[in-house]
Amino acid sequence: MKKPSTLKRITAALMLVLTMVLLSGCNPMVLDPKGPIGESQKDLIYISTLLCAIIIVPVLILTVIIVWRYRDKPDNKAGYAPKWEHSTKLEVIWWGIPIIIIAVLAVVTVKYTYDLEPSKAIESEKEPLTIEVTSLDWKWLFTYPEQGIATVNYLKFPEDRPIKFKLTSDAPMNSFWIPELGGQIYTMSGMAMTLYLQADEPGVYYGAGANFSGEHFGKMRFDATAISDEEFESWVQEVKGTSEILTQDGYNKLSEQSTVGEVSYSAFPEGLFDSIVMKYVTPGSSGHHHGGEEEEKEGESAEAQQQVDQNKMSMDMETNETNHENHADHQ
Amino acid sequence: MLDNIKEFASEFFVTGDPLIYGADVSIGLAMIAIITVLTYFKKWGWLWREWLTTVDHKRVGIMYIIASILMLFRGGVDALLMRTQIALPDIQFLEAEHYNQIFTTHGVIMILFMAMPLMFGLFNIVVPLQIGARDVAYPFLNSLSFWMFFFGAMLFNMSFVIGGSPDAGWLSYAPLSELSHSPGVGQDFYIWGIQISGIGSLATGINFIVTILKMRAPGMKLMQMPMFSWSVLSSCVTIIFAFPILTVTLALLFLDRYLGAHFFTLDGGGNPMMYVNLIWMWGHPEVYIVVLPAFGIFSEVVATFSKKKLFGYKSMVFAMMIISVLSFFTWLHHFFTMGSGADVNAFFAITTMLIAIPTGVKIFNWLFTMFRGRITFTTPMLWTLAFIPCFVIGGMTGVLLSVAPADFQFHNSYFLIAHFHQVLIGGVAFGYFAGLSYWWPKMFGFKLNEKLGKWAFWLWNIGFYVCFMPQYFLGLDGMTRRVSEYSWDMGWGPLNLVSTIGGFLMGIGFLFQVWQIAHSIKFMERDTTGDPWNGRTLEWSIPSPAPLYNFATLPQVKDQDDWWEDKQRKQQGLPSLKTPQPIEPIHMPKNSAIPFIKSLCWFVAGFGFVFDWLFFAIPGMIGVLICMLVRSFSYDTDYYIPVDEVKRTEAALRGTN
Amino acid sequence: MQERKMRLSPREAAHTEVGHGGHSAGHHGHDEHHEHEHESLKTFGFWLFLMTDCILFASLFACYLVLHGNTNGGPTAEELFEMPGVIAETFILLTSSFTSGLAVLAMHKKNLKGLITWLAVTVLLGASFIYLEVDEFLKMVHEGATISTSAFLSSFFTLVGTHGLHVSLGLCWMIGLIFQLKRHGITPVTMRKVNVISLYWHFLDVVWIFVFTIVYMMGVM
Repeated sequence: MKKPSTLKRITAALMLVLTMVLLSGCNPMVLDPKGPIGESQKDLIYISTLLCAIIIVPVLILTVIIVWRYRDKPDNKAGYAPKWEHSTKLEVIWWGIPIIIIAVLAVVTVKYTYDLEPSKAIESEKEPLTIEVTSLDWKWLFTYPEQGIATVNYLKFPEDRPIKFKLTSDAPMNSFWIPELGGQIYTMSGMAMTLYLQADEPGVYYGAGANFSGEHFGKMRFDATAISDEEFESWVQEVKGTSEILTQDGYNKLSEQSTVGEVSYSAFPEGLFDSIVMKYVTPGSSGHHHGGEEEEKEGESAEAQQQVDQNKMSMDMETNETNHENHADHQ
Repeated sequence: MLDNIKEFASEFFVTGDPLIYGADVSIGLAMIAIITVLTYFKKWGWLWREWLTTVDHKRVGIMYIIASILMLFRGGVDALLMRTQIALPDIQFLEAEHYNQIFTTHGVIMILFMAMPLMFGLFNIVVPLQIGARDVAYPFLNSLSFWMFFFGAMLFNMSFVIGGSPDAGWLSYAPLSELSHSPGVGQDFYIWGIQISGIGSLATGINFIVTILKMRAPGMKLMQMPMFSWSVLSSCVTIIFAFPILTVTLALLFLDRYLGAHFFTLDGGGNPMMYVNLIWMWGHPEVYIVVLPAFGIFSEVVATFSKKKLFGYKSMVFAMMIISVLSFFTWLHHFFTMGSGADVNAFFAITTMLIAIPTGVKIFNWLFTMFRGRITFTTPMLWTLAFIPCFVIGGMTGVLLSVAPADFQFHNSYFLIAHFHQVLIGGVAFGYFAGLSYWWPKMFGFKLNEKLGKWAFWLWNIGFYVCFMPQYFLGLDGMTRRVSEYSWDMGWGPLNLVSTIGGFLMGIGFLFQVWQIAHSIKFMERDTTGDPWNGRTLEWSIPSPAPLYNFATLPQVKDQDDWWEDKQRKQQGLPSLKTPQPIEPIHMPKNSAIPFIKSLCWFVAGFGFVFDWLFFAIPGMIGVLICMLVRSFSYDTDYYIPVDEVKRTEAALRGTN
Repeated sequence: MQERKMRLSPREAAHTEVGHGGHSAGHHGHDEHHEHEHESLKTFGFWLFLMTDCILFASLFACYLVLHGNTNGGPTAEELFEMPGVIAETFILLTSSFTSGLAVLAMHKKNLKGLITWLAVTVLLGASFIYLEVDEFLKMVHEGATISTSAFLSSFFTLVGTHGLHVSLGLCWMIGLIFQLKRHGITPVTMRKVNVISLYWHFLDVVWIFVFTIVYMMGVM
């Protein structure tokens, strides 16, 4: 009888330490967002947690009660029904309640999925600022097509104005994530993705390359700084005035495997982003073929097939679309 | 000449790290020790005849379990090395390169070389006994499966000391795993290690489906089958649909690397996203493959130690089958952030959430099995009781992750890491530990020490929460997975330190388990009843350990929980429903060396392909073909155990009666 | 020997139909029946194996469909495929499927000589199929269309090559089986083996029909 009580004491002590640590580390980034996208995602996290809690909490309580009440003690007066193994009423309840909760959650999820589609523009009176993002081994290249400047491993943009990130990769897939502003999206070679984010207040936000892309991917962290419009303008002028030019050769060198610190460039080759995207789009790959119906014999493979096709299609379309827009931009 | 050899050796063997030199030395010493002991006690012949060439499902099962415990040790050490590196900011314990290798091998070993063989070990030991069969459907193939797994695992582990470990993550996403970005041989070890053992897993899947469908004892209807056997069936059905996809994916990656094909390359029109799709089309069902049998174990344990029939049998079966099917329609939730569009994401979010429904139902059924029962807190039951809250919470975070737009914030972060460790440790590991201590007396004829088992249990359980609860918060605080360093100003230090402490608590828990096993081998009393837990199903109706032929006469089954009902009738003084059967000669498969040799040939071939040494690869492949032909031409593959011998064995095992 | 014939083997007893409990053992058992049961177990397993093979091919087809447009500036399907040869291959393989069927018919008539003859014809047809396929591949390689030219060709060679590899393995197996038949004659064991290989052969035929339609027909159209 001595052992369990020691164990209990250890448990209690550990739990206490744990709670203290957790309390001290409260308000984690994702739950303390500074932009509309992150805000909606936070709401969604709370809603889904609450919906789950409706079922989880009673189950946990029930577990404790049942285990306590039906423990095998000689003087236990609780009922014992060794053959009782079925009850339609109970089964209906515990098939039914999860189905209802999941149905509600599904509706919420679907609504938010369409609302928070990353390529959907944020409503605002201000025109979005476009920033092109390229993940390299192992650094981030940010190009500002409207301003004509480029940076490596840091971002600056005006607060309270939607930012349209266009993302691609010239290396294995990575993921662009600024937790305080909103969710991440993959950067993939041969594809141009779109992600809208906005910072509601000035501040330095932590950004991460969230997806493993090789040896030093852990160094692909960057600061994303939101500043006022005026500060932004003066920063752009400063970069233009004082920094070097990024040439195509310079880019080729930059894209080799290495780690670097923060760098600014006063200019970059025109159409650099598009050329990076197009680098991996091989001739003939637009010729999609949709005669795969014969393949339907294997449910999941056919499904995968369609899936892959769809992905590719939607991304190709996206690429085309952004290309058009880009051309428009440049005109 | 000498310089050439030196140069070759420095490329061939992994050098430059004290950890690895240490491992080299300990591996060398262990091998010398094993060889010395075997030679000194003249045990080589015994080892070869009784174990390496055996086709007995019980021995194959034991070998699986021994291998998986060794792998648990290796994978666990990997985990602790990682946790040490990130215990505090700016620790210079492992370089990024080594850290990447270690998380890669940790993932692969824990899933493929620890969970899978532990699961197959339990399949092997329990299923034939539970359904009243004398062996699996194809004992030869079963032994082949084991050796394929074993040599595959050896090949993979060899990369630690020879050539270099893979470092592209446990699923080795292309193009990172392509020659362009992973030029070393580590990735080839990954491909061939998994490929060889994967073929073995596929064969096991087929073997157990046939065993369960065709070899049940006379009278045992499908809907009377013990729940563990049902879970094995659903898991194996999932295996035979999922594993061919893995075989193809790895083969294509191999072709890319070896012949310069362009399936997943950046250039040449390859499509890296196709790799991600394919690998998860196997990878997602894979986690259900390992968790379903754990559900089966919990069902057996909870009924036995509540002394009550399993609640909602039909619901349980139905739920498992739904999970099996749904597991094939959720793979995309591993990359919602690929931007496949709202339609696709919404579809896969919903299919993922749907899995929560049957899983939830199973939890309720377990709870109501205990309701109005009489619960005894043995070690297997403790693991089961700890599983319920752990899996419920892990399941909830799983549902949170399935909410596609929210997943954009969870993905690739420690939130995800905490989630899948919670379901894999809380579900799979706890389940298999429960199964191991529950069926241990059936395997070896003595129970495991309960006191040490409880110590191990509490250390694991407390260690688990201390380790992984902080990781949820770290994830929400933006800490991404697989990073080997972070600075003080991120504020992640304290929680990581706590998490590391938890990891070490689990490590101590593992040591207690090893101690428990060693102590029990030495001191535990023999169980002469064959039924130490007052069990419910057929495996408890025969002596422990079970004789070679399992059942002297095949049981006739009338009920679900047949053995329990039989005992009840006896207790109430009612006549048995069974007519005694005469003992007859028993037909058994002969041992065979082919599985061992054939798998060894695969190993040689795989090693040759890894280093691109055709003088290894070609003889290896020819060896495989010859083994197949030899087997095909041998007709004398089984024999009969005469009645006298069966009677003698039974008398010896059952004591005087 | 007498005793051996009297009792029912465990496997047979184990294999009594679901729901027919108490199917009492020992009354109508004899070796041949036992072996029959044992062999049917193996045939069932082979069906499961074919299913896994089906998924393997389905995955390869899926890859082909995803990648078949990515020619990377290299030759396209229209430029590369020569239909006469492919049609000849198709014809030969379909005929070999038919002759393997004739072999099974001969076996059921207990006609060992016919069985072996038809199997030999099947082997010859299969070998000529492989010859034509290898020839086709070699021509392509000579024209500079190799597995590393483009994603399209990678997936083409892998899909068609995997089928070819299956056929080649089947050939080795069939030749081995002919020798076994010569040595053991028609027994329950050899009967099962013939049934299984003919099943395998028909399966490869069906896969080829998909290859023909999806790869070649749709390629040149």
